[in-house]
Amino acid sequence: MSFEAVIGLEIHAQLKTQSKIFCADSTVFEAGDNENTSPVSVGMPGTLPVLNERVVEQAIKAGLALNCHIRPKSVFARKNYFYPDLPKGYQISQYDQPICEHGSVEFKLNGKVHQIKIERAHLEEDAGKSSHFGDYTLLNYNRAGIPLLEIVSGPDLRSAAEAAEYARTVRQILRYLDVCDGNLEEGSLRCDCNVSVRPRGQEKLGTKVEIKNINSFRFIEKAIEYEVERQIEATERGQRIIQETRLWDPDKNKTFSMRTKEDAQDYRYFPDPDLLPVIVTAQSLEKMRQEIPELPLVRARRFVSQLGLSENDADVMVSEKDVADYFEKTGALCGNYKAAANWIMTDLLRELNDGKLSIRQSKVTPENLGALIQMIDSGKISGKIAKTIFADMWSTGDTADKIVKAKGLVQISDISVIEKMIDEILTGNASQVAEYRAGKTKLLGFFIGAAMKASKGQANPDVVNQILLKKLQGGS
Amino acid sequence: MSQDKISVEEISRIAKLAQLQLSAEEVSNYSQQLSKAIGYFEQISQVQTARVEPLVTPTEIENILRKDEVKTETSSEEILRNAPHKTGSLFTVPPVV
Repeated sequence: MSFEAVIGLEIHAQLKTQSKIFCADSTVFEAGDNENTSPVSVGMPGTLPVLNERVVEQAIKAGLALNCHIRPKSVFARKNYFYPDLPKGYQISQYDQPICEHGSVEFKLNGKVHQIKIERAHLEEDAGKSSHFGDYTLLNYNRAGIPLLEIVSGPDLRSAAEAAEYARTVRQILRYLDVCDGNLEEGSLRCDCNVSVRPRGQEKLGTKVEIKNINSFRFIEKAIEYEVERQIEATERGQRIIQETRLWDPDKNKTFSMRTKEDAQDYRYFPDPDLLPVIVTAQSLEKMRQEIPELPLVRARRFVSQLGLSENDADVMVSEKDVADYFEKTGALCGNYKAAANWIMTDLLRELNDGKLSIRQSKVTPENLGALIQMIDSGKISGKIAKTIFADMWSTGDTADKIVKAKGLVQISDISVIEKMIDEILTGNASQVAEYRAGKTKLLGFFIGAAMKASKGQANPDVVNQILLKKLQGGS
Repeated sequence: MSQDKISVEEISRIAKLAQLQLSAEEVSNYSQQLSKAIGYFEQISQVQTARVEPLVTPTEIENILRKDEVKTETSSEEILRNAPHKTGSLFTVPPVV
């Protein structure tokens, strides 16, 4: 029997704010233990939450970019559970009236376009961090009250690879909107995966298993792959899949059971009387809509149709908003978008990767790269010389013009100069000339090499080629 | 039946969710007491609510929102001052899992 995986993702995205969702504690990651706390975030009796306006704005923007309907009125609810990482005894979340719902996300995987439903995206506060030491537990409440947007997809994903690509796409969109930094190591993006399998063609969904708190795209893919395999094998052996929560162990490369449905929590949700409903007016909705930048998928299509990039190049150029902005600026300055994309892909991104830098930290500005490309296009320097100039630009931040002048790297295209040089080479290598004329035409490479060396790489290779062929065949 | 609006099983479940340990006697007492208390609210269920929107807040006033600004209200020393047990600047609690 052949099986099909049914996967849905819950992505918890930390919104990019200065202060927490319901109080003014800082959200800075690098803080001492319990430094970012206050009576509200440690749940002191009598304290009251006050909603951060930025959180609402960012949730609206994310919702719009995920093609969601934004509720004019959404409601915060208490999700009750007794656990020391939330000292109030409940998490403030949204339940039956989330701020965003009924959206969709589109992404491409191996050339095929997938459209995935977004069921909802709701606001909630994060819990504190507990560290367990056997007979005691330590608690740090710096994270308690950090604003989260939980984005819930429909059960539309059919493979581990699709799930990972979907998660990457959501991260990319959130980063374009500048509402989440997407830093997986610091936990600003975490993912729960709901996985089930069913015989192909069957309508009814299989029993789902939740894999909690995965913090890398690679692990999402591996955990789901493992889990799908495990469920198929169990089903084929005639075992029943138990509804449970499992965790991914990256060292052992497998998922293991954390708790089963039997001990599942009953969260006893009810509207939080401490908070008013969140009202989103048509006016503020429109304002947020205006602030949404061109999103990656649309931008990539424009790069293909208007700027002549290949689909692959366009995808690389839109991977990050800063890269796309850099590319467009460079291309506009030199008028050669294709070359701009090539330089960014083959040279700039490689250097940035090696140095673990973001494109904003590049010493080579779009202005300088644009000017370099223009020097190549106008024949002032050769493409080969340009590579060494770029290396200098990368390490010094100087302009191409300055480096060319300081090192005398201007390309020599003057025919009389090149002819003179070639004559000297031919005279100095009479035996090779004779061999060439006797039919050993492979020696052309030798002469070109000699000419480039004599000119320190500055001779225009096209001109060198032409003159050499003429003189060698001319037989004088 | 009116004795049993909140059964002993339900009391045990709620106690478990709230991490409370109750004796059999307490469970039985609470079942009776809470059943009685809930009974008082019975009358409310007679009100016709089919066309009434659920009330989220009694005061339908505009949103109250805060600017996204950091204010340091308390230091970690102050926030830990009331903690019965601490380790460095961390709260120490009994194991829960």
